[in-house]
Amino acid sequence: MFGFDAIELARIQFAFTVSFHIIFPAFSIGLASYLAVLNGSHLWTGREVYLTLFNYWKKIFAVAFGMGVVSGIVMSYQFGTNWSVFSDRAGPVIGPLMGYEVLSAFFLEAGFLGVMLFGREKVGARAHFVATLMVAIGTLGSAFWILSVNSWMQTPQGHAINDVGQFVPADWWAIVFNPSFPYRLVHMVLAAYLTTALVVGAVGGWHLLRDRTIAGARTMFSMAMGMLIVVAPLQIFAGDLHGLNTLEYQPAKLAAMEGHFEPHPEGGAPLILFGIPDAANETVRYQVEIPYLSSLILTHDLTSPLPGLTDFPVDERPPVGIVFWSFRIMVALGFAMLGLGLWALVLRLRGKMYDHRWLHRTAIAMGPAGFVAVLAGWITTEVGRQPWTVYGLLSTNDSVAPVEAAAVGSSLLAFIVIYFMLFGAGTFYILRLMGKGPGSAPPMGDLGPTRTAGVTPAPAADNDFIPTE
Amino acid sequence: MVFDLAFIWAGLIAFAVLAYVILDGFDLGVGILFPLMRTEAEKDLAMNTVAPVWDGNETWLVLGGGGLFAVFPLAYAVVMPALYVPIIVMLLALVFRGVAFEFRWRTKRAKVLWDLSFFGGSLVATLAQGVALGALVQGIAVEGRAYAGGNWDWLTPFSMLTGVALVAGYALLGATWLVMKTEGPVRATAHRLSLWLGGATLALVGLVSLITPFLNPLYLERWFSFPNALFSAFVPALILIAAFVFHKGLREGRDAWPFLSALALFVLSFVGLGISFYPYMVPPSLTIWEVAAPDESLWFLLAGALVLVPMILAYTGYAYWVFRGKVDPATGYH
Repeated sequence: MFGFDAIELARIQFAFTVSFHIIFPAFSIGLASYLAVLNGSHLWTGREVYLTLFNYWKKIFAVAFGMGVVSGIVMSYQFGTNWSVFSDRAGPVIGPLMGYEVLSAFFLEAGFLGVMLFGREKVGARAHFVATLMVAIGTLGSAFWILSVNSWMQTPQGHAINDVGQFVPADWWAIVFNPSFPYRLVHMVLAAYLTTALVVGAVGGWHLLRDRTIAGARTMFSMAMGMLIVVAPLQIFAGDLHGLNTLEYQPAKLAAMEGHFEPHPEGGAPLILFGIPDAANETVRYQVEIPYLSSLILTHDLTSPLPGLTDFPVDERPPVGIVFWSFRIMVALGFAMLGLGLWALVLRLRGKMYDHRWLHRTAIAMGPAGFVAVLAGWITTEVGRQPWTVYGLLSTNDSVAPVEAAAVGSSLLAFIVIYFMLFGAGTFYILRLMGKGPGSAPPMGDLGPTRTAGVTPAPAADNDFIPTE
Repeated sequence: MVFDLAFIWAGLIAFAVLAYVILDGFDLGVGILFPLMRTEAEKDLAMNTVAPVWDGNETWLVLGGGGLFAVFPLAYAVVMPALYVPIIVMLLALVFRGVAFEFRWRTKRAKVLWDLSFFGGSLVATLAQGVALGALVQGIAVEGRAYAGGNWDWLTPFSMLTGVALVAGYALLGATWLVMKTEGPVRATAHRLSLWLGGATLALVGLVSLITPFLNPLYLERWFSFPNALFSAFVPALILIAAFVFHKGLREGRDAWPFLSALALFVLSFVGLGISFYPYMVPPSLTIWEVAAPDESLWFLLAGALVLVPMILAYTGYAYWVFRGKVDPATGYH
């Protein structure tokens, strides 16, 4: 269909649905934590501005979270519909991890979401804070398990292979805490926090530009810029460690990220800043490089050997161009985030953070940077591990379901049309909510979903769980 | 073996699917009935009865899919390609209705569009689930470790019938839920519909039950041989009792009874289905032991499930408790 075969269509479909999906959790992981902080701050200090901000971001969270849920349900079935051979073979190892994700994380966030969104008056401030905290813990728990799954596929260990060719668990501890997992988890959670900080900063900047006296806008802008200056350096450090881990376990991916076709057996590899990778001729054209720097970053000396792509058979190399560029986009944005954080810090110390219009404009421009960096990072790691689904053990070509190209192609088309339509509308509504500003009263009739009229607020420890009276 | 892990897990997955069917069943049902709510205020009220809980309800569907993947990976790998079209249609329909919960509050001009999205998504998702169920009951062609049929094998008169039956069933759950959770015109409409939907659901479930034993000799044997024949005699009796309670509750204005007896009808049908299936996970070829993951996988997740599932039930119960009682139409989001 459209000149693609079933496997290409299945790959495009998975890439499309997972890329759309990751945008929402990348935002809601950070935002859930932010909501918990706001709720807790209000409980602790009693300052009204925190509650105002909580109620403001809560509505945005609800829209984003809803889109995350429905696009996530799709993911839990995509493994079976399009990658059934992979599911059969890797299911015994990664299935239980995803089972834990559902049991320990999805239910927690979904179960307490209703109370968090609609139940404040019913349960009281304390229980409401606990509910918000549970939602935040749920989103983080979900990141823990799904990244363990992804990391096992990248750096598999702790398994055996049975007589029907399935991966079977031998050592669960080794499977969950596989070599790339700690780095990937930290890198992704920090990325989610940065993404949220940038969005919050952009919204704060937008409202400061219009009126720099709005208390809510000042508070959120200050919190976001503070978050950036703490998390951006940590993220760059964590990213560097993640890279070293990739060098150890997935050297072909790292060579593609660096654009190194030729190995450097005596070290001294240059850092290629820019260039156009040419896989056919095994070279990078027009390259701008800094001598020795790649070796310094990756091996911390000038003499250790570094592998190149030509160390690997042609059919075991990832597509270099995509990985090379997506990696550079991610790194450049990471440093831009650090720059924004530093600039805001300097202005804060001079007492001008709320008055400097170009800082606010830059913060607005950087609003979507987190999403772009997250997507670029995922493209780097997922395209970089090709041609494998389970690294070195199960190839992508051997993982696909026996579904006809026509079926995969039509469903892909449906996903593209519907996702752009519905999630486009959702993004529009989120932007409109953001445009309204914290503290401005909602227009009449703009009432959202509501709650049932309980008789008395139920104490959190009430064991009498009956849905009706 | 002292503990038959595959058997325990088959029970747990069945429980997750049942929990999904009755929980998301009523909120999908509210969606199906949405166009019958006449004014905007009535629509708002109907949606608000499920807004705080639909997310948690739908998580059981993720557990059904994720759980199948985890403990019966071969069944997951065979069933998903076999039911490719209905599953994809269901997923997309769930997207349409899921986003409507928030989107319709964020606009005035396009509200009618999201109302339509909520109704259409709920209806199509239900139809697709019913069709998928029918396709599974009528059997799936397997060769080696893979699905061996075509793209359209699922589409038969029987699967269409189960699709329609599920629409009636979910609409019944939705209507009785609204009777329980609302007052005024919404309750009156739902009350009127409940009686009709109750009758339609009973008739359709009866029809499906009559056809099922003749789809597969195995089902026939199961239902009409000792000792299952004893149970198969009980099921219609229990269903009659449920129907009686349902009717009495509607007539006497005991607003929780119709919903609870509709739930009972679903549980009984589900148990009947389980009797037909056992010991197959993918009839007519794969049993639960053939599709089960190795014991190490089953143990690992079971340990967590034994702790976490009771906790889930507890805080889900808490959430329902917080939002108990009739919904007050005057209260809003903020």
